Amino acid sequence: MPEQQNPKINIQDVTYEYDDGKPILRHVTLDVTAHAITVFFGPAGSGKTTLLRLINRLNDLVEGSRMSGKILLDGRDIYAPGSNVPELRRRVGMVFALPLPLPGTIRENVTYGPQLAGVRDRVRLEEVVERSLTQAALWDEVKDRLDTPATSLSGGQQQRLCIARSLALKPDVLLLDEPTSGLDPISTAKVEETLFQLREHYTIIVIPHSVQQAGRVADYTAFFLMGELIEYGTGTALFTSPRDRRTEDYVTGRFG
Amino acid sequence: MNRFLEQRVGFAMLSLAALAVVAPILLVIGAIVVRGIGAINWEFLTAVPRSGMKAGGIFPAIVGTLVLILGTSLAAIPIGVGGAIYLSEYARDTWLTRAIRLAIVNLAGIPSVVYGLFGLGLFVLFLQFGTSIVAGSLTLAIMTLPVIISTAEEALRAVPTEFRTVSASLGGTRWQGIRRVVLPQALPGIITGVILGLLRAAGETAPILFTVAAFFLPRLPQSAFDQTMALPYHLYVISTQVPGMPPQIQYGTALVLLALVLSLNVIATMIRSSFRRRRQW
Repeated sequence: MPEQQNPKINIQDVTYEYDDGKPILRHVTLDVTAHAITVFFGPAGSGKTTLLRLINRLNDLVEGSRMSGKILLDGRDIYAPGSNVPELRRRVGMVFALPLPLPGTIRENVTYGPQLAGVRDRVRLEEVVERSLTQAALWDEVKDRLDTPATSLSGGQQQRLCIARSLALKPDVLLLDEPTSGLDPISTAKVEETLFQLREHYTIIVIPHSVQQAGRVADYTAFFLMGELIEYGTGTALFTSPRDRRTEDYVTGRFG
Repeated sequence: MNRFLEQRVGFAMLSLAALAVVAPILLVIGAIVVRGIGAINWEFLTAVPRSGMKAGGIFPAIVGTLVLILGTSLAAIPIGVGGAIYLSEYARDTWLTRAIRLAIVNLAGIPSVVYGLFGLGLFVLFLQFGTSIVAGSLTLAIMTLPVIISTAEEALRAVPTEFRTVSASLGGTRWQGIRRVVLPQALPGIITGVILGLLRAAGETAPILFTVAAFFLPRLPQSAFDQTMALPYHLYVISTQVPGMPPQIQYGTALVLLALVLSLNVIATMIRSSFRRRRQW
């Protein structure tokens, strides 16, 4: 375990399983550092996506599953009874593997979250649109066509729009599940560049779509295998000097 | 037989089958238009019937049918769409919801005359609405509900789950996601179902027979608790109950009913395709 200066999220002994007894996560404990990019990686079925979705309670939508353990955000249990789930999801944004613009224009996509939260003031919404799109490195490309359908954008632009859409809520934490899996190398580079710029203000957790990408973006790296956290380290130490045999096998391409 | 000949014979048979579907529809419409078009004039459409319905117009029946469609919509759309939203978005898969779905499927198979008798028993007699537009509309609404619920539920389920997840991830409540993302995308399908259901209601005779329809009422209904004439029942009456009825009036009435139903159908298709052009998946 790396020394944590400033843990934003504490994941404490989290076990998650479906009702048929199939465990997805087993006793996972880890602290996520604020203002850094933490990478969750591992082969398919390692539980990394599930863990990501537990952090903003998106798995609440899945029926027939159980979770034990605790997840603390700024020291507070996000699964405490009576906690405000929409409010949590505003603080913990999520970007999915496939960009999925909501029906409507570019502008409407960005203002969707703030409007649901009750923001009505046009001037404020305008500011949100410009700030979010700028942060997601998309403003210059779309500022003249904010009222065109979001689906008219290219795949890479759509993914940055989805990032902007999450940023519009001014979250503390941004979760990204293979955000570049559907993108070409140039768009991928742009999204990664965006992440580096966001790191200063946000706590970011990324599931990369390749080991190479993990190496490029990681401040901290967590390796998962079959629902267990195998190794957790600073920067790319995991890749250069893995302590666990299974990590080494995976990063050197012996399986996965 | 060589395979090219086989191909040609098969193709010919399939084309014939397709034609066989279309031909009766064209023949029915053609026969009614040819024999009924002569009856259509301004007086026929806007005047009340005279001389034992053998002259004058069918205005009260046209208005009656439109009023019944409106009344049926008012009752059936909120309940039907609401039920569909519940079943698709909120209900878990339990024995109760399975029973509800089974009931809906079975309701769709009940003969319309049974709905008529049910409406007579419940709305006209037990709830004492009398033979009235309210009783007729509610009866037609119950008959229409299965169609509306099942098509609307299907349309809602066709909207990919990911849209709901995205809305939730942006801090939306379940209802906000339904209201702002799911419903707009399901709307074309829902509208189609609603109009299909209403079309069936508009053309039915049996359910209104005991609940609202007047044999001969040469004035417009005065209130929701009034009886009214209606096109399908009027057509039935002048075709079977009035000796010496001029055939042109019978066919003319059929033509008006047909035109009303078909034009609603065209409107439904137009709404659907204009929505579909804006859809993105």
